[in-house]
Amino acid sequence: MTEIVAFDNVVKRYPGGKLALDRVSLSLARGEMAFLTGHSGAGKSTLMKLIGLIERPTRGRVVINGTDLARVSRRQVPRYRQRVGLIFQNYNLLFDRTVFDNVALPLVIRGQAHRDITRRVRAALDTVGLLSHEKKFPITLSGGEQQRVGIARAVVNRPHLLLADEPTGNLDPELSADIMRLFTRLNETGTSIMIATHDIDLVEAMRYRRIVLDHGHLEQA
Amino acid sequence: MPTASGQRDMRTRLADSAAADSAKGWAAAHARCLLESLGRLSRRWIASALTILVIGIALALPSGLFVVVKNMDRLAGQWHQSVQISVYLDNDLAPEAGQQLADDLRDDKRVDKTQFVSAEQGLDEFKKASGFGAALDALGNNPLPGVIQVTPRANLAPAAVGELVAALGQRDTVAKASLDQAWLRRLTAILDLLSRASWVIGLLLSAAVVFIVGNTIRLDIENRRQEIEVMKLLGASDAFIRRPFLYSGLWYGLLGAFVALLVLGVCRLALGGSLATLVSSYDGALAIQGLGASGVLWLILAGLGLGWVGCVITVNRELAAIEPR
Repeated sequence: MTEIVAFDNVVKRYPGGKLALDRVSLSLARGEMAFLTGHSGAGKSTLMKLIGLIERPTRGRVVINGTDLARVSRRQVPRYRQRVGLIFQNYNLLFDRTVFDNVALPLVIRGQAHRDITRRVRAALDTVGLLSHEKKFPITLSGGEQQRVGIARAVVNRPHLLLADEPTGNLDPELSADIMRLFTRLNETGTSIMIATHDIDLVEAMRYRRIVLDHGHLEQA
Repeated sequence: MPTASGQRDMRTRLADSAAADSAKGWAAAHARCLLESLGRLSRRWIASALTILVIGIALALPSGLFVVVKNMDRLAGQWHQSVQISVYLDNDLAPEAGQQLADDLRDDKRVDKTQFVSAEQGLDEFKKASGFGAALDALGNNPLPGVIQVTPRANLAPAAVGELVAALGQRDTVAKASLDQAWLRRLTAILDLLSRASWVIGLLLSAAVVFIVGNTIRLDIENRRQEIEVMKLLGASDAFIRRPFLYSGLWYGLLGAFVALLVLGVCRLALGGSLATLVSSYDGALAIQGLGASGVLWLILAGLGLGWVGCVITVNRELAAIEPR
């Protein structure tokens, strides 16, 4: 099994009738990094939500790391999500906790021992270059730094798959390039990464596969 | 080369230490949560303090009433013990027959003791006490009947005392048996009413505490909607998200119980002066009792329990409504 993400004829129709994804079949190889692009409303977010089990497909099959998501019951969703690293456009940090506590959250949720938490949070912060900021509160950081905290939080659990939904949407080009370089480095250490973005310039500057969505249809790039 | 049993030992030991680690982790997680929820309360301390104050007053009212009823019950009990029934004998009954009747009555198991006062003794006492000696001498014959003073057993219920009085009054040689106990019966009825009222009020205010805690937790969850969504996205189970809120409920209940104890203490201080006057008028026969150790324990348990219930009925419903979109 070499695929970490496999979509097979996936249809997603929202209540109210809007067809967000129409018979989409795609795959991401283990250790691969790919961009998911398309105009806004093309179905990028819906695709990400299906992988994060925030939504369920209307028809078709989604298999992540060998797990058919249709078999993941509502009770099992938390355990499943602990194995997927999610990165958001608006960072989704908790502003009443320090950088350290934000990054530690996935480990606390998994009930890791205190010793391990400290070690792994430091390692994750070191990876994103924010080790010296661990005692600060997110509000005192720049947008680029906040997103790096978000990335540290996503990788601290060593997930087999990283999903980033418009991670550079709120950042200027220079900071965006920084973040992309960070993803490249993470990918080089073996993490599979799927990045949804509409920043075409940035994507074209990098040599990675593009998955293009257009009105819910997959375009062969 | 390790033997098979050595390997098994190693494996058991590893499993044991893993179990110990996870148990330790579980305990540590709960301890952390307990403190964290207290931290949450203190971060919005004005709102928390108001909630705790309201809970405290709601708990103090029935507890205070309970203390009042308990003391009044003891007081009424002491009055009951001083009850005596006067059994007036027929005028023509011989003193010997009177004494015999007094002795017979003592065999009744409802009766504690009896004392026969003959007509002559009664007249003597009355002469001494009233100072009408000369006037009574002028009457010629003794107008007073013989009397038996009957003291019922201390633990006899007021209704049973009434039955005893009626039974005594119907005896052949008895003219009349009387007991001025109507006011005591009324007092007992009032105390019974108060006692029931304290239960009803306690029940209503308990419901109030449950709703106060529930509503406070609901607002807290509403304020933390974004945080809860993020936690769910990071794979937090419902139990994990619920835990700090449940601990908040326990804190509200516990601190509310402490406030209730404080309120009761302040009330006792405020009423101390007039209570002391009342107590001294009973020559020390009366001592005011507080809640007592078991009462304090029950109050704290009630606070914790109500806080917990208020939380549980709110948290599950509210958290299910929050799903990341």
